[in-house]
Amino acid sequence: MSNLERISRREFLERTGKVGGGLIFALTLTSACQPGKDDSDGKSSVAPNVYVNIREDGVVEIYCHRSEMGQGIRTCLPQIIADEMDADWDSIEIIQALGDEKYGDQNTDGSTSIRRHFDLLRTAGASARETLIAAAAATWDVPTAECMTREHAVHHETSGRSAGFGELVGAAAEVAVPEDVSFKSPDDYRYIGQSMDIVDGFAMTTGQAAYGIDTVLPDMLYASIERCPAIGGSAKSVDDAAAKAVAGVSHVLQLPDATSPLLFNPLGGIAVLADNTWAAQKGREALEIEWDLGANADHDSADYREALTSSAQSGGRIALDRGDVDAAFSNADTIHEADYFAPHLSQVPMEPPAATARMTEDGGCEVWACTQDPQAAQDTVAGVLGIDKSLVKVNVTLLGGGFGRKSKGDFIAEAAWLARETERPVKVTWTREDDIRHGFLHSVSAQHVKAGLDADGNTTAWQQCTAFPSIFSTFDATTTGPVEMELGLGFSDNPYAIPNMRLEAANAKAHLRIGWLRSVCNIYHAFANCCFVDELAYLAGADPKDHLLKLLGPPRLVDPTADGAVYDNYGQGVDTHPIDTGRIAAVVDKVAEMAGWGRVMGQGRGLGIAVHRSFLSTVGTVAEVSVGGDGKLVVHELWTAIDAGLVINPDRVTSQMEGAGIFGMSLALHGEITAKNGAVVQGNFDTYPVVRMNEAPATINVHIMDVDAPPGGVGEPGVPPVAPAIANAYFAATGNRVRELPLRNSGLA
Amino acid sequence: MAVDLVINGQSVVLDVDPEMPLLWVLRDAAGLTGTKYGCGKALCGSCNVNVDGQVVRSCVFPVSAAVGKSVTTIEGLSEDGDHPVQVAWRELNVPQCGYCQSGQIISAAALLERNPQPSDDDIDNAMSGNICRCGTYTRIRAAIHRAAEDQS
Repeated sequence: MSNLERISRREFLERTGKVGGGLIFALTLTSACQPGKDDSDGKSSVAPNVYVNIREDGVVEIYCHRSEMGQGIRTCLPQIIADEMDADWDSIEIIQALGDEKYGDQNTDGSTSIRRHFDLLRTAGASARETLIAAAAATWDVPTAECMTREHAVHHETSGRSAGFGELVGAAAEVAVPEDVSFKSPDDYRYIGQSMDIVDGFAMTTGQAAYGIDTVLPDMLYASIERCPAIGGSAKSVDDAAAKAVAGVSHVLQLPDATSPLLFNPLGGIAVLADNTWAAQKGREALEIEWDLGANADHDSADYREALTSSAQSGGRIALDRGDVDAAFSNADTIHEADYFAPHLSQVPMEPPAATARMTEDGGCEVWACTQDPQAAQDTVAGVLGIDKSLVKVNVTLLGGGFGRKSKGDFIAEAAWLARETERPVKVTWTREDDIRHGFLHSVSAQHVKAGLDADGNTTAWQQCTAFPSIFSTFDATTTGPVEMELGLGFSDNPYAIPNMRLEAANAKAHLRIGWLRSVCNIYHAFANCCFVDELAYLAGADPKDHLLKLLGPPRLVDPTADGAVYDNYGQGVDTHPIDTGRIAAVVDKVAEMAGWGRVMGQGRGLGIAVHRSFLSTVGTVAEVSVGGDGKLVVHELWTAIDAGLVINPDRVTSQMEGAGIFGMSLALHGEITAKNGAVVQGNFDTYPVVRMNEAPATINVHIMDVDAPPGGVGEPGVPPVAPAIANAYFAATGNRVRELPLRNSGLA
Repeated sequence: MAVDLVINGQSVVLDVDPEMPLLWVLRDAAGLTGTKYGCGKALCGSCNVNVDGQVVRSCVFPVSAAVGKSVTTIEGLSEDGDHPVQVAWRELNVPQCGYCQSGQIISAAALLERNPQPSDDDIDNAMSGNICRCGTYTRIRAAIHRAAEDQS
């Protein structure tokens, strides 16, 4: 167990960039290429590194070691490799990599796939290119410097000779893979920066795309699991007679109770297995279980909110301190204070957690799963089965959405455990209710913000305290509040040019299982920050956009560590990815221009603006809203500008911004998970609604800033500014300030 | 017991409980996994299939109700994946994760069948039963207009 804990915690730290931070180069740069393996046609191939395998028939196999969950990585990753090695797009084949540490970091989370792997992927392509050049040069007995690649072939211009990549497989197996490779000039990019069509488009529009829930194995059992409503509880008694009487049900098995810390392990429960999913679910409904709800049985969200708000108001330990806040408050002309609140959320990917497992003859286990993190899945399965990680083979399917939920392999380990117990392949399919009630929730947050203004409306002091139960409670049950890494998500990286600032973090104990959700703590921190800035504009009698630019101050690089913060910049250097207020301001200017900021709005209609940097990218959003005759908020249009540095596929970035607009609207208008007696109250899309097409804006306008800078994240940064932009627009439209999410609780949705 | 069905133009006889929802018959008995589970309560549209010209939510539709009727799933919407809706979906790169798109496409194809030139409001009305958590709604609207143009 201690080993599992160590590994899982390390995985978590790596994901969030707490340790390491450098790129992990997993290239297998051996002295010679890996021996050609035989493909199905008996032809040989050569693999200059673990990401590229060149076949004799000319097809270049590219291994996608990151999980596809809608962000388009199965399209963008090969764009980088194919571009760097001059492979033709029509002559590549994308192979989804197994979970294997030889690929380096595979945890598809933290918007890292491009920003932390761009150089790795370019290196993979470049080493393949240079290997092919070396092979051609050796074949032709000419200097490598005289050879070059173009359109899936190596050319020797002087002699006019050329050879296709496939023709060079045999020779490439004999040459050393060059260790020093250089990257292409951006001027020569063929695919990087192009909006290539998604590679899975045909499969996804014809029902052929295979997700975790779709795996079928011969002789497979289908499982549905009833889990204790509260974290830390257990079954006192189980009567499974009626369940076993359901036609098709073959087994009822009790999984071991979860132990502390929870890690990514299964929660325990009673599993019903049958020869089809429906029989398993019917059998499960027939179970009669008496639960001991355990230590969290008294947890109630309404009481907890009061305590959390009080905690935020009381202040906490200091996370950042600049100037003299207390003196500035004494000298202020006006003091303004506000409390912000945002509830727990659930990721609700459309495909609920689902996985299939079978035991293998070598005493290992093979799984097929919609996992964001196949190596963590190996760890979790190995820990639960008590076998070595190397014996766990993880096949990564497409993910029907992830949003952070599928980083955790609890559902995969459930399938593995049941496969071992039944000696049959087992598919575990979570119901929507399971997903909402037994997941890893986005944390609940209360914040107290206080500002001092001088007589001219200038903000002279800013004090803010955040309180939320930490994600780390899942890894260490004694964790009592925010940790530094979480504060780095939109809190301690505060970009405002306010001379006196104190940021504090207050304690909060977890009573539910906490995890991460798309953009994580940035959601509530951006909500409070961007809305409070709007409040300050109003107090100053200033235009919100102008006042926002004023608070951002002159173009400069912000260094939170200079004011005592522990800040890790999402695991990457501030030299390559600075907090640059000039770039943030440029995003504000652009999105305001796009939305026609300042135009005359009709009665009851308003624009709101918010900007937030997260995952090393900056996104600005403007929302146009009105309140209908029924008192409900209508979001008519969204404008978004993103500075993500270099962009690989503009259309996929655009689609992420469109999707983030809807995702942000869902949490702004509707999203709320509450608990009663330790158990999550909501269960399905009726009680946990998300935005549907009738609520979607007519248009979501996206602009990608043209910036010469290394890539930032894309999957998550679009989400945080949406809710505050909408709340600020509501204030502009009505003069009413809402400081809590979701807006539904204020009667607006 | 044996249930006679016509799925995507083919007659099949399956040994299933007549009360079993069509969704699980398709997925677990007929091997057609293109139709997706999303909620089990007729709330999200991921499981939408076409039964005799009507879009039904197969997760709450007992298979017995489909006997003697023609069931069309995403796999059978077109022979080569070239229904105008499927083509438009690809032209506009609508899918993100793609999971809900089987149900979206079934709903969109049925809309165009009864209303070849739908307005935005028509689209919103017809498509609001289908949830897309990735948030592809604005592209879905555009793709339905594109398919309508291509059909006309």
